[in-house]
Amino acid sequence: MIPSKFDYIKASSISEAVKLLGKHGYDAKILSGGHSLIPAMKLRLNRPLVLIDISGISGMNTITEQGGEIIIGANCTHSQVLKSDLVKNKLNIVTQTVKCIGDIQVRNRGTIGGSLAHADPSSDYPATILACEAIIEVEGKNGSRTIDAIDFFQGIFTTSLAEDEIITAVRFPKVINGNYQKFFQSASRFAVVGVAVVKDGDSVKVGVTGVSDTPYRAIAVEDAYSGNSDAGSHAIDNIEVMSDHFADVEYRSHLAKVYVKKALEA
Amino acid sequence: MGNFIGKSVKRREDARFLRGAGRYTDDIKLPKMTQAAFVRSPYAHAKVLNIDISEAQKADGVVAIYTGQDGCGAYGVPCGWQVNFKNGDTMREPVHPLLAKDKIRHLGEAVAIVVAETLELARDAAELVEVDYEELPAVTDPKKAMEPSAPLVHEEWGDNAAFDWCIGNDRTEVEAALASAHHVTEMEYRNHRVAPNAMEPRSYIADYDINAGKWTLYTSTQNPHLIRLLLCAFVLGIPEHKVRVVSYDVGGGFGSKIYHYTEEALLTWISKEIGRPVKWTSDRSEAFLTDAHGRDHVVHSKMGFDKDGKIVAHLTDEYCAMGAYLSTFAPAVPTYLHGTLFQGVYTTPLIHLNVVAPFTHTVVVDAYRGAGRPEATYLLERIISKAAKEMKMDPADIRFKNFIPPFDGIDEPGYQTQVALQYDSGNYEGVLKRGLEMLGYEDFRKEQTKARKNGKLLGVGISTYIEGCGIAPSAVVGSLGARAGLFEVGHVRVQPTGKVQVFTGTHSHGQGHETVFAQFVADKLGIPMDDIEIEHGDTDQVAFGMGTYGSRSLAVGGSAIIKSVEKVLEKGAKIAAHKLEAAEKDLEYAEGKWTVKGTDKSISFGDVSLTAYVPHDYPEGLEPGLDFSSFYDPSNFTYPFGTHIAVVEVDKDTGKVDLQRFIACDDVGNVMNPMIVDGQIQGGVVQGVGQALLEEVVYDDSGQMITGSYMDYAMPRADDVPMIETDRTVTPCPHNPLGVKGAGEAGAIGSTPAVVNAVVDALSHLGVTDIQMPVTPQRVWKAMQN
Repeated sequence: MIPSKFDYIKASSISEAVKLLGKHGYDAKILSGGHSLIPAMKLRLNRPLVLIDISGISGMNTITEQGGEIIIGANCTHSQVLKSDLVKNKLNIVTQTVKCIGDIQVRNRGTIGGSLAHADPSSDYPATILACEAIIEVEGKNGSRTIDAIDFFQGIFTTSLAEDEIITAVRFPKVINGNYQKFFQSASRFAVVGVAVVKDGDSVKVGVTGVSDTPYRAIAVEDAYSGNSDAGSHAIDNIEVMSDHFADVEYRSHLAKVYVKKALEA
Repeated sequence: MGNFIGKSVKRREDARFLRGAGRYTDDIKLPKMTQAAFVRSPYAHAKVLNIDISEAQKADGVVAIYTGQDGCGAYGVPCGWQVNFKNGDTMREPVHPLLAKDKIRHLGEAVAIVVAETLELARDAAELVEVDYEELPAVTDPKKAMEPSAPLVHEEWGDNAAFDWCIGNDRTEVEAALASAHHVTEMEYRNHRVAPNAMEPRSYIADYDINAGKWTLYTSTQNPHLIRLLLCAFVLGIPEHKVRVVSYDVGGGFGSKIYHYTEEALLTWISKEIGRPVKWTSDRSEAFLTDAHGRDHVVHSKMGFDKDGKIVAHLTDEYCAMGAYLSTFAPAVPTYLHGTLFQGVYTTPLIHLNVVAPFTHTVVVDAYRGAGRPEATYLLERIISKAAKEMKMDPADIRFKNFIPPFDGIDEPGYQTQVALQYDSGNYEGVLKRGLEMLGYEDFRKEQTKARKNGKLLGVGISTYIEGCGIAPSAVVGSLGARAGLFEVGHVRVQPTGKVQVFTGTHSHGQGHETVFAQFVADKLGIPMDDIEIEHGDTDQVAFGMGTYGSRSLAVGGSAIIKSVEKVLEKGAKIAAHKLEAAEKDLEYAEGKWTVKGTDKSISFGDVSLTAYVPHDYPEGLEPGLDFSSFYDPSNFTYPFGTHIAVVEVDKDTGKVDLQRFIACDDVGNVMNPMIVDGQIQGGVVQGVGQALLEEVVYDDSGQMITGSYMDYAMPRADDVPMIETDRTVTPCPHNPLGVKGAGEAGAIGSTPAVVNAVVDALSHLGVTDIQMPVTPQRVWKAMQN
C-alpha cells in the first residue's frame, strides 16, 4: 500500500492551481480531501506524477446563501455540510444525502468538489445534484463557467470538466420537498441504488446513482409522474443497467424501481 | 469458586493494547534492517516463461533479488497431516515452493522477492521485475476440479484429487436405511469460501546473527514452536537449537496464523544470505490473496427419518477444496475435524460421510475458526430444520426427539458416536430449553403469525451444536494422520521472593491468556494476581509448546500449568513441614500459607520459596529451587455445546435481512472469566453471522478474485448485528483438572445455521426451502421470486 513517486505542490489560489494543471496536464491530479484518490494511489491504480493540493485555498470551504441559492464551496467536507444548519433548513435533501456517505472518517476528509470530479458511478452526491438541478461552478485557463448538473456526468469516472478545469463551488436552489433514498452495498457502503427526488407542485425531478455507469435524471419517471409512486416503474427506461456480484441487471433494475417509488412516496 | 476463578477480572493485556503499545512484529525495527516486497502472479494458472530482474537490480536501494531459480528451501513448506486415499494409496503431496519456479498455481503466488533499503524502494524495484507468463485455464470450484476435463493443478497425478476419505457406517447399510426411511430430506449447497481477515496482517522479520550463528524469526504466528520445528527440520534443514522464534503480540489469527507460510522460511533463508535483518508485512490486498482461506465444501446430503421424526440414517458426499497446495493442517479440516462431528447432538444410528479433496487453482484452504466443525454443524442444523418443515414438525420438537440424553461422564464412559469420538459430557436438551425460554418461543410464534398477516416476513432459526475442542490426545490424533503430538507444556518458576513466572506453550493472539491463566494460578497458589506473570511467544523462554487453536489453550495448556502448580505445592509442603517441624500430612494449604492443622503455626508461600533458594535450614536430600515444568497430554477431546437462536425480518421489497435478535446459550464447561467467555462467544457469533449474511470469497472462472478488498468483501459491522443475548449452562468436563471445555470457536460454529434457518423460516410460507449462503439481499430476493 505504498504509492509510486510523485511531487506535491500546495496551491495557494485557484488561478495558481489552474496554471499548474495547465502545465502538468494528465500527469497531474487535483488533491482535495483525497478520499478517492489516495486509496487508488496506494494500490498504484492511479499514478499521478504531480499532486496539486487545493485544500488550503481560502474561500473554497464556505457555505453561503446568495439570492435564493445555497452555495457550497468545493472544498467543503461532507462533515461540514452535514453540520450546516443552513443546509439542514433550506436544503435538507443534501443533509440526507451526506449522512449516507461513508463513515465519520470518510466524511471528515471527503469533499463535495472531489466527489463530483471523481464521478464514481455509485457515489451519492450525483443523484442529488441532478434532482436539485444544481449548477457546478468551475474555473479553467479561459476563466470561469458553469455547468448544469444534467450535463456534468459523462460516463464512468468521466465528467464534462476540461483538462485544466477545477470545480470551485456547487450552487443549489432551495429545496422544500426532497429526499434521498439509498440501498447500501454491504461491503463498500456505496450506493447499489441511490435515488433523489425533488417535488415541486405536480412536477418531480428524479436523480439516480448506482444503477448505470453514469448517474442520470430519470426523465421517463418525471414524465409519467402524476402525483403517486407508480411512475417508479419507469426508473430504468432507456437505461443500461450495471451488473456486479452484489446486484446483477435483474436485481439492480428491480431495486431501482423500488427505490424510485420509495423516494416518490417519502 | 476462588478469589479469581469465575470472576470477570478485567484483561491485564488491554492496558497496552488500548494505548497502542502492543508489541506486534511490524512495530519492531532492527538496526540495518532491510525491507522485502514480492512480485506476485496476476494469473491463477500460468507457465512462467522468463523472469528478467536486470532492470530491477539497477534500481535505487536494492540489496538483493531472488527467484525460484535460487534454490532456497528445495522441499518447500510441509503438510502436517496425512490423510491417505480410501484404497490405501498415499496422500498426494506436491512440493509447495517458497517461490514459484516454472508454474503458477494460484493468483498471488510469489514469483520473486525484492529486498531493499526501504519498503518504498522495494516496491518500486519489484515493479521493474519483468515476468513473461503463458496463461492457462484454471479451475476454482472443488466439484468441477474433479471433472475429467478439469485443468490439472499438478499434472503428475492425472487428476486433481489430493485424497479421498470416508467415515462412519458401511455405505450400503446407510443407503439401505435411507431407501426404507419414512421420509428423506435432501440438500445440495456450497459451504462457501471465506477469508480470515485478522486485523493484523501477517508480518515477519528474520535476523541472522553472524557471530552466534543463530537466527531469530519474529513472526505473527499462533504457534512459535511448531513454526521453528517445521522451518528447521523440513524446509531449511538448519539446526533447531540455533533458531529462536518470537511472536509477542499477534492481532488475531482465527486459524490463519497456525500454518507455516512460505514467506517465513524465505525471509529466514535470505537473512543469512544478505547478513542483515529483513522484514516483510503483508498488506491487505496480499492478505486476501495469500492468507489461507476457510471452508469451501460442495455438499450433497440426505437424511432419513421415521414417521415420528427420529433420524434413521445420514449420508453425505462432499468435495472439499484444498487450494493449490496442501497447507499445514488442510487435510485434517474436512476429515477428522469435520466427519467426526457428524453425530451432532443426535442419536442418529447410521452415518456415512464421503469426502473428495481436490486441488484447485486458488490459495490454500485450512482451518478457520471452528475448522470443519462449523461446516458439520451447518449441514446438520440446516438439514434437520429443513426436515422439520417438510414433515410439518416444529424445529425445536424434532431436536428434542433426537437428542442424546443428558450424561455427565463421571461414572459412565461418555457417549460413543458412530464417527469415532466419545463425547465427554453433555446436556443438549438443557441448552435448547434455556434458549427457547430466553427467546420466548411460543410468544414469538404468535407474533410471527400476526406479522405475516400484516405482510411482514419474520423468521426464527434454531441451531443446537456440538464441537470437539481441547485438541488433542496425541496418540489419537497420531492414529488419524497427525504428524505432531498435541500435548501442551506449562512451566511454573517461583522466584525467591515468591513471585511467579508462568511459561505456556500456548499463544495468546487476543484470547486473554495473561489474565485468565493468572486467575487460576493465583487461586491455586493463594497469592495475588499481581504476583504472577504469564509468558508466551518466545521459544528461547518457553521450553516447548504446540500453540493455540482448536479452543485448546485452557483445556490443554491450562492443565499443564495446573500440573506444575501441583508440583510446586507438593515440594513447598516438604519445605514447609521441615520449617514448621511438623509432618507433611498434618499441614493444610490455604490463602497462600501452610498451616499445621488445628494450630496457629504457619509459614507463607513467600517464606517457603525464599527457603527453597536460600536452603540453609532445609530438608535433607531435597533439591533447592522451586521450578517445575510439565507436559500434559489430554485423555480425550472436550465437547462444548449450545443453542443459538436467530430472529430475522426480511424486507419483502429488497430481500435484505435484518438480524433483530441473537440468542446464544452455550455450555463450555466451567468458566474461569465470564466476561472473556462472553466476549469470545460474541466475537464468534459475529464471525458466523458474517459468513451467513455477508462474507464470501469469489473467484471467477479464470481464477481472478472478485472480492479482493473491503470494497467487495463484506465484513460484518457493528450495525449489522444486534446486542447478542448470552447465557450458559455448566456441564463440567470430567477429564481435565479445571473442568473446562473451551470457548474460542463455539460462537462461530453455532451461529451460521441459526441465521440461515431464520431466513428460510421467514420465507417458508412463500415456498422457499433453502438459500445459498451468504444470504445476500440479491439471493434472498431471487429465492422469493421463484
